[in-house]
Amino acid sequence: MIQFDDVSKRYPGGHTALNQLSFQVDRGEMVFLTGHSGAGKSTLLKLIMMMERPTSGQLFIDGKNLNRLSARKIPQHRRGVGVVFQNHQLLFDRSVFDNVALPLIIAGFQPRDVGRRVRAALDKVGLLDKEKKNPVTLSGGEQQRVGIARAVVNKPALLLADEPTGNLDPQLSAEIMHLFEQFNQVGVTVLIATHDLSLIARMPYRVMSLEQGQILAGGVTPA
Amino acid sequence: MSATPTRKPVKSKPSEPKTPGAGASVKPIGMKEKWQGYWANQRLVAGQTLRRLVKEPASSAMTVLVIGIALALPVVMLVALANIEQLGRGWDGAAKITLFLDQTLSDARAREFAGSLNRHSDIEAVEYRSSREALEEFREMSGYGDVLNSLSRNPLPAVVLITPVASERSTAVSQQLLAELAGKPQVAQAKLDLEWVQRLHAMMDIGKRITLALAFLLMLGVLLVIGNTIKLAIEARRDEIVVVKLVGGTDAFVRRPFLYTGFWYGLGGGLTAWLILQVSLLILAGPVSTLAGLYGSEYSLIGLGFGNTLMLWLTSGLLGWMGAFLVVGRHLSGIEPR
Repeated sequence: MIQFDDVSKRYPGGHTALNQLSFQVDRGEMVFLTGHSGAGKSTLLKLIMMMERPTSGQLFIDGKNLNRLSARKIPQHRRGVGVVFQNHQLLFDRSVFDNVALPLIIAGFQPRDVGRRVRAALDKVGLLDKEKKNPVTLSGGEQQRVGIARAVVNKPALLLADEPTGNLDPQLSAEIMHLFEQFNQVGVTVLIATHDLSLIARMPYRVMSLEQGQILAGGVTPA
Repeated sequence: MSATPTRKPVKSKPSEPKTPGAGASVKPIGMKEKWQGYWANQRLVAGQTLRRLVKEPASSAMTVLVIGIALALPVVMLVALANIEQLGRGWDGAAKITLFLDQTLSDARAREFAGSLNRHSDIEAVEYRSSREALEEFREMSGYGDVLNSLSRNPLPAVVLITPVASERSTAVSQQLLAELAGKPQVAQAKLDLEWVQRLHAMMDIGKRITLALAFLLMLGVLLVIGNTIKLAIEARRDEIVVVKLVGGTDAFVRRPFLYTGFWYGLGGGLTAWLILQVSLLILAGPVSTLAGLYGSEYSLIGLGFGNTLMLWLTSGLLGWMGAFLVVGRHLSGIEPR
């Protein structure tokens, strides 16, 4: 599903965020990505989202070489990847429903399909009764679940999360992680960047650790 | 390391999705559905942007008013010119030809000549005034009776006043007639009373040019006003733009609400300009009809008319769209998710 071949990312000014990175995540896998801040976790996710382009090397998502994708194709690519952010990136000028509906409206779904799918996604994260609320009135954990609902409403095959439990207490974090597990169980490939080692230690998934832009451990799928 | 002893399930049990994600790209939807979705989105955005403007009446009214006033100025000037032109057209036909006859011509011969003109097909009416009658008239009107009495002989020639046949091309007919009559041996001098009408037309041509130049400049101003307003709107909605781009919004999708906002501003300005014009016409209608009455005319002001009103609204809406388009491309490309 995700394949990095000798991928490097150097920023103007000389900082090397990723240094000849090679790894692979299989379809249907759930993988944690750890490392200190500045180790390159965010850069790695940005490359998958095509928010950045690699300086060298090739990366494939679902067999597509992202280097060959023109800027015009970026929106289409992003529609196939669900992302959850630490700061939710919710819009506070509209309801929970409208926040979750955004990817569907962008993809051109009919209004009736939008309603059906948004409610299904909100149901999955347990917020069906909050659809009319403004996200600003929700708790941190609930806001994060709205973010997750928005990431999965489009039924993407790949789900990325950047520090999804960053601001949450341990119990809420566990709930959020359990949610990701459930999506993984129905076949979604999940890649979660986190530094919450205590949490991932209790979960049976591959952990890939980054340090100074290189993979320290967990680069290949265990046989 | 602290750890929570048990992993609690999420509050409400999530239902399992029926189909697992099939590929990296979203399950494709049909072309027809996509097209319908596209139009649904157009309608949605059009409605949303309009509601947003109506919800903030203070700030949007300001912009709309500025655009309206800027557009009203050339529109009012154009309508004023159209009115003057209409008046001038009424006077074209009234142009008369004055023939000053040769002074050596006897009164009888002059009368005979005037009578012969009556048969001309381009001539509506002929009025003969002998040199004596002309002198009497002049004496009465000028008040120089004493001076005229001291003259040894009558210096005034006999005059024939000719009203050409009124027709659509009366100006051309009058010119032709003038040339023809000026060539007659009995005529010392022929004069067409059209010069002031021509001067009026020349002045109106200048007026039209000035109005067009003004309209061009003011339209440029409208473009800038809308561009600036949209620029501020883009800055205010930065977060939204970032999120929309993150979840796969195309540039066209991101642009759309701003283009619609520009269109609504322009259209609002056009409606305001039209309102200003209508109020001006209403205010002027009374005095104009009074003035026309004093001249024994039933002239009433002409407005913009249906077609031109539609044109005004369309142009203003398009102008707003363009103003938005000019800034949107430049400013949106700078806003990317980081």
